[in-house]
Amino acid sequence: MAKILLEMKNITKTFPGVKALDNVNFKVEEGEIHALVGENGAGKSTLMNVLSGIYPYGSYEGDIIYDGKVCKFSNIKDSEKLGIVIIHQELALVPEMTIGENMYLGNERGHKFAIDWNTTYAEADKYLKMVGLSESSKTQVKDIGTGKQQLVEIAKALAKQAKLLILDEPTSSLNEEDSRALLDLMLGFKKQGMTMIIISHKLNEVAYVADTITVVRDGATIETIDNHGAEPVSEERIIRGMVGREMTNRFPKREGVAIGSTMLEVSHWTVHHPLYPERKVVDDVSMYVRKGEVVGIYGLMGAGRTELAMSIFGQTYGTNISGELKIDGKPVKIKKGADDAIRHKIAYVTEDRKGNGLVLSQSIKVNTSLAHLDAISRHMVIDGDKEYAVAEEYRKKLKTKTPTVEQLVGNLSGGNQQKVLLAKWMFAEPDIMLLDEPTRGIDVGAKYEIYCIINDLAAAGKSVVMISSELPEVLGMSDRIYIMNEGKFVGEMKAEDATQENIMALILQSGRGA
Amino acid sequence: MSVGAFFQKYTMVIALVLVVIFFAIATGGNSLMPGSINNLISQNGYVFVLAAGMLLCILTGGNIDLSVGSVVCFAAAVGCVLMDNKVNMWIAVLAMLGIGLAIGIFQGFWIAKVHVPAFIATLSGMYAFRGFSNVVLGGFRVDITNEQFLMLFGGGRDCYIPDFIRQWTGTTGKPNLTCLAIGGIAILVYVLMTVRKISVQKKLNIHQSIPGQIVTTALISGVIGFIIWQLASLRGFPTVLIWIALVLGIYQYITTKTAIGRHLYAVGGNEKATALSGVKTRNVYWFAYASIGLMAGLAGILTAARAKGIDPVYGEGYEMDAIASCFIGGASAYGGIGKVSGMIIGAVLMGVINQGMNMVGVDSNLQKVVKGLVLLGAVVFDVMSKRQKR
Repeated sequence: MAKILLEMKNITKTFPGVKALDNVNFKVEEGEIHALVGENGAGKSTLMNVLSGIYPYGSYEGDIIYDGKVCKFSNIKDSEKLGIVIIHQELALVPEMTIGENMYLGNERGHKFAIDWNTTYAEADKYLKMVGLSESSKTQVKDIGTGKQQLVEIAKALAKQAKLLILDEPTSSLNEEDSRALLDLMLGFKKQGMTMIIISHKLNEVAYVADTITVVRDGATIETIDNHGAEPVSEERIIRGMVGREMTNRFPKREGVAIGSTMLEVSHWTVHHPLYPERKVVDDVSMYVRKGEVVGIYGLMGAGRTELAMSIFGQTYGTNISGELKIDGKPVKIKKGADDAIRHKIAYVTEDRKGNGLVLSQSIKVNTSLAHLDAISRHMVIDGDKEYAVAEEYRKKLKTKTPTVEQLVGNLSGGNQQKVLLAKWMFAEPDIMLLDEPTRGIDVGAKYEIYCIINDLAAAGKSVVMISSELPEVLGMSDRIYIMNEGKFVGEMKAEDATQENIMALILQSGRGA
Repeated sequence: MSVGAFFQKYTMVIALVLVVIFFAIATGGNSLMPGSINNLISQNGYVFVLAAGMLLCILTGGNIDLSVGSVVCFAAAVGCVLMDNKVNMWIAVLAMLGIGLAIGIFQGFWIAKVHVPAFIATLSGMYAFRGFSNVVLGGFRVDITNEQFLMLFGGGRDCYIPDFIRQWTGTTGKPNLTCLAIGGIAILVYVLMTVRKISVQKKLNIHQSIPGQIVTTALISGVIGFIIWQLASLRGFPTVLIWIALVLGIYQYITTKTAIGRHLYAVGGNEKATALSGVKTRNVYWFAYASIGLMAGLAGILTAARAKGIDPVYGEGYEMDAIASCFIGGASAYGGIGKVSGMIIGAVLMGVINQGMNMVGVDSNLQKVVKGLVLLGAVVFDVMSKRQKR
C-alpha cells in the first residue's frame, strides 16, 4: 500500500446553527486521484476549505496530518507553502491582466518593489506548456475562452509548486471536449507523481479519472469506493452512496388539496446569457403549473433553473428572451422589471436571500412590506400602523422567532430570514410563486416549517414552482417534477413515478448524449 | 437598554452635550448667550439645507454630491444678477430654485441612467458650475439691494419675524411674544405627537420604554424651549430658521413616512433585492440627486441673503460641511443607514465646535485640524461599533 500523503481525522466544523461537517475522516494516498462526491451542501467544499486553511486552525475540531506532520494552517498561504493548492469552482482570474500577471498574482517573481517581468513570463510560459496551452503568457485573460482559463488556473497552481492539487468542479463550465482534455491532463500529472483531489458532480468523469472515490453526505463521509479495477465503477453504485439516506417523515403531507386549472404556462422559452449572448442558458423550455399545485424543478447547480425563473419574473435575467407566457389561459407580455411581474401576480423568492433577497440593514417590518408598499400607503405616504400590523400578522402566521418585528433582519438566523423573505412575497399577494432553493442552508427543523408554509400556499390555491437541487426535497414536496440539465428540460415525471435513481439516470443520460 | 447600548445609541448626542458644556465653560457662558445662538443658526443655515439633501444621496449607497458648493454659487450668482437688473424678486427666487433643480436632474440623469459614478459626475459639476459662476458674475462681486429678499431669507440685523402680537396689543419691549408663541406651539405639537405615538404603541402592543420616550421628549422640548427663550429675548425668530425648519421637517417626513424614502434606504441596503422587489432603483438615485440640486438652489438663496450679495468664491467647501454633518450624524458610508435627526446633531456639533473655537480664539488652521479629527473619530466609532456586533 502506498504512503498516505494526507489524513484528515475526526474533522468537525460548525457554523452558527448548522453542523457542516460531523466527525469526518478522509485519507488520500500519495500519487492517486481521489474524488469527493456528494450532493450540493453535503460538505465537500467545507472540507476542502478546512484543508486549505480558508477556515483557520481553531475554527474546526480534529487534525490534519500532511506528509506525516500535524498541520495548523491559519490561512491559505500556510497550506500553499506545503504544496496544497486549491482551484476553486469559480475562476479567480483578473480578466484585464495577462496570463503571466495572473499566474504570479500575490506570488510575484523578483523583489516586491521590483518585479522581474522577464522571469515571470519565462516561467509562466514553461508552466503553460505543461498544461498544453500554446498561448503566450502575455495574452490577456479576457481574450481566451473558459476552457483555456481553467488550464491557466491549473498552470497557476503548478507555479506554486503544488504537491497536492485540489480541483473543485473543474469541468462545470467546460464543454465535453475541453473536459475530456482536462481529465487526460490530470491522468498525465498522476504519472508524474502528483496527488490530486477532484470534486465533481459529473459521475462519469469521476469514474473515468479517479482511483478512489469518497462519498460525502450530510457532513459525513459515508463510504470510500475503490476504483482501481479494470472495469470503472458503475455510476449507479456511486449514486446509491450519494442519495441513500433514509426518508422518514421529513416532509409534511399535503392532503385534500384540489388541483385546479392551469395558472401559468410557459412555452418554447429560450434565454440567452446577458454577457455572452451567443450562449443559450435556457433552451426551448415548456412547462405549466396549475392552481394548488406544487411543481418541482430539479437540476444541479448551473442547470439554468434560476435563470429560467428570473427570466419569467420580469426579465430580471438574460437577453434575447423568446417564448410565450400564458397566465390563467390568457397570453401575457411582461415588461422588463420586477414591478410588472408583481403586477401580473408573480413572485420570485430568490435563492440567495442575503445577496439579493433581503435588506439586512433594515427591520423585519420594512422587509415584509417592501414588495407591496402600495397596499399600506396612500399617495406614496406609508401608514406606519398598518405596516406594523401586517408585519406582525406574518410573524405570527409563519412563526418567525424574533422579539419584535422591529428587529434587524441581519440579526436573524437563516431559517427565520427565509421566513421573512417568504412573508414579503406572500404579502405581495401573488397567484404564482417561484421559490428558488427555499431551504438552502437552513437546519432540518426550519426546513420542515418552510415545507408546511409551502403546503399552506398550495392549499390556498396558489401555484407553486419549487426549484431545488436537493432530490429528496423535490420528491417529498412536489406533485409533478421537471428535470433540468444544461438549460433544457430533460424529463417530466409525476411524483409517484419518480425515484432518486431514475431522475439521476435521466440527467446522466442527457449529459452523455450532448 | 444596557448602559453600553445607551452610549452606543446616543454617542453623538452625548458628545454634543459635552462639547456645548466645554465651550460654555471656556467662554464663560458667552456661547449660550442669545447672540451666540442666533449666530449659530444664521451662519449654519446652508449646512442644514445641504446636509438634508446630501443625506438622501448618502442613503443610496454612500454616494455624495461634490458639486453643491459650486451650484450654490452659480444659482446665487444668477439670482443676484437678475435682481441687480431690476427683475422681480420672486422671479429671481424661482430662477435660483429652478437652476438648482435642473442641475440636480441633469447630474442625476448621468448617475442614474448612464451609470456614471456619482463621484465623477458631481466632480465635473463642481468644476463646471464654479466656472459658470465666474462667467455670470464677470469675476466680480454683485450686491443685493432688494430689502424684501434680504428680509425674507435672513440676511442682516433686521431679518426677524416681526412681533405681530406686540404690534397688535400695542405694547413694546422684550421678550418677543410672537417668537414665544411660535415656539410654544411647536413644543405643544411635538408633545402631542409623542403622546399619540405612545398610545398607538400601547394599542399595537409594541414594547418600547415609555418612561424613556417621555424623558427624551421632555429633554428635547427643554432644549427647544431654551433656544426659543434666548431668541425671543434678543430680536426674535430669525427668518432663516423658517426655511431650515421647513426643509428639515419635509426631509424627516420623506425619510420616515413615504414610499420613496423607504426605497432610498432599501437601495442603499441591498440594491439587487430592491430591484427584485419591483422598485425602479435607478429612479431612486435620480430622485436623490434632483432633491439635492433643489436644496443647493435654496442654499444659494440663503447664502446670498446672508452675505447681501455673491462673490465668485462663495460656496467653496460647502459640500464638505454637508457630507461631514451626515457622517458625524451616523449615516453609513455604505448606504442604507442614516437619519435626519442624526444629521441635525452632526451639523449642530460642527457648528458649535466652529463657533466655540472662534470665540475662544483658536487659530483657523487648527480649527480645520479639529474638524477633520472629529469626522474621522465619528466614522471610526461607527465602523468599530458595527464590527462588535458581528
